[in-house]
Amino acid sequence: MRTILTPILLFICVFIVFDVSGQEQRFPKPEFETGYEQPSPTTPEPRGLAMEWVDVIVLLSVLSLASWLAVKRRSRRGILWLSLFTLGYFGFYRLGCICPIGAIQNVSLALFDPVYKISATVLIFFLLPLIFTLFFGRTFCAGACPLGAIQDLLVINPVSVPLRVRKTLGFIPYIYLGFAVLFAATGTEFLICRYDPFVGIFRMDAPYLMIVIGIAFLLLAMVFARPYCRVFCPYGVLLSWISRFSKWHLRITPADCIKCRLCENSCPFDAIEKPVDEKLRTIPTVKQNLRLFSIYALLIPVWVILGGFAISKSNIFLSRAHPDVYLAELLITHPEIKDDAENIDVQTFLESGKSMEQLVNEASVIRKKFRTGGWFLGGFLGLVIGIMIMNQFIIRKKTEYEPHKGDCFSCGRCMEYCPVEKKPPLNTLDKSL
Amino acid sequence: MDVCFLNRLIIRRMKEVKKHNRRDFINQGMRITIGVSLAGLAAAAASRTTSSKWVWQIDPFKCTQCGRCATDCVKNPSAVKCVHAYDLCGYCDLCGGYFKAGVSELETGAENQLCPTAAIERKYIEEPYFEYIINEELCIGCAKCVKGCTAFGNGSLHLQIRHDLCANCNECSIARVCPSDAIVRVPADEPYLIKGDFTS
Repeated sequence: MRTILTPILLFICVFIVFDVSGQEQRFPKPEFETGYEQPSPTTPEPRGLAMEWVDVIVLLSVLSLASWLAVKRRSRRGILWLSLFTLGYFGFYRLGCICPIGAIQNVSLALFDPVYKISATVLIFFLLPLIFTLFFGRTFCAGACPLGAIQDLLVINPVSVPLRVRKTLGFIPYIYLGFAVLFAATGTEFLICRYDPFVGIFRMDAPYLMIVIGIAFLLLAMVFARPYCRVFCPYGVLLSWISRFSKWHLRITPADCIKCRLCENSCPFDAIEKPVDEKLRTIPTVKQNLRLFSIYALLIPVWVILGGFAISKSNIFLSRAHPDVYLAELLITHPEIKDDAENIDVQTFLESGKSMEQLVNEASVIRKKFRTGGWFLGGFLGLVIGIMIMNQFIIRKKTEYEPHKGDCFSCGRCMEYCPVEKKPPLNTLDKSL
Repeated sequence: MDVCFLNRLIIRRMKEVKKHNRRDFINQGMRITIGVSLAGLAAAAASRTTSSKWVWQIDPFKCTQCGRCATDCVKNPSAVKCVHAYDLCGYCDLCGGYFKAGVSELETGAENQLCPTAAIERKYIEEPYFEYIINEELCIGCAKCVKGCTAFGNGSLHLQIRHDLCANCNECSIARVCPSDAIVRVPADEPYLIKGDFTS
């Protein structure tokens, strides 16, 4: 039955559309006598359409090469050249879009918006670096991210930042990630793309503000290495946590660390962890720390609930970011705005024939989404705060100079400073016997 | 060699190995957990996947000619241009898209033209018909002609995103501010919505 109905329905649809367009024609098309040939509008093809799968292959190769260079080949020079290629290809040639950082939003939108469908290549772009990080650490940041590459090349005189300042600034990416996901999931906007500081530089053309932010970031990068990666990058949150449990990771020394301290200041990102002073691990301190650790661990649910409550309660304020909610609120609080002929949004709404009730209904649906989403976002941020405070009291045993697996971008600068020669692996137990 | 010392050494080593193993075990467990959740995320998103790529386009029937296409594109000048659906054109002498409303004489002087950049070329064909061609090099996508043509004519002039110019941003910066939500994602194999060529 359905197979018979479909062509009939289609025919009716086509008929109606033609009929309508026929009615619209106020001045019918003339019949020309001089043999005039009517041109047809040109439709230039989208740029680089076939390139999307090429991009996936390039990303896969660059990630593999970066991982090999960082973990196996241990070549800083190789990583440097690779990042130059990435900057040229993904940055200036492919104009920085689509990138895994922005793909976070496409994935969120696809999961929450029943209408939106995500392009397969975008999903692969989102997942590939995460999978590589699970095995090799953040080699994506070192070699395959154009945003990282442009900042990394400008590391000139990096200053060391105290741990407490770094930890506090390190909370910003979580906030950014949380809000980016909430805004994408509610269909409000793509925050990460709107405030991408470098895409304007890749395109060599951008609005004024974008250029100013981009150049400010690049100037800052000379003294505070990789400012975007360390203080803002929302994708870095995912990479950092996955990298902590990676199977392999870049190591400073090819064999055993001799604690010569040569690499101590080699990392521009303060990502090298020194051996822990055994005095800090005496039994009374460890016990005291363990007590504090458990107290703060028990406090985590409180943080989660507090955070969720706070953000969910601010749904009225947050939902104003959505243009529909903003418009509805504007029309209710300032009804006189309807006479303002300059306000395009209001005038368009008034001419659209949509009723005020409809608009308010739509706005309240969006606001409800913000209220629910606020619980998740606030809970997430509360959890992060709780874990950050709790982790202060863990002092892990460390006997070597090692990169912090979460913070290390696998750029490989430290490897050049290590004087230890590579030697064939020995079974450590046999050796000590 | 002192047997007692050797013994102590072995015990210490074994303790270290054991501790090492515990950390490895936790790491491996977390690795598997992360791997499984990534796979889950991929599976959830995969059901919402399409093989085609999206590009941005303007639905000319939703467009209200507000003029933001000229000002809000990340490209300067905008990647939005006016296109002419010749099939719908009446080839009028008094063109609502070409002349300002209320011109006394149908002269092609700049003071009579609606287009701020004189991007519309008017060409005589035969009495009393004229052809109007958009010079895209000059067009800035301000939609003034579109407004005139839609109000007084057939609406054959309308805006389209030109894909040889469009950067195809992840989120179109004009779509964000479009008051009538006329900018939509369309499949890249049918990247244009030219009036008369598509059914909405």
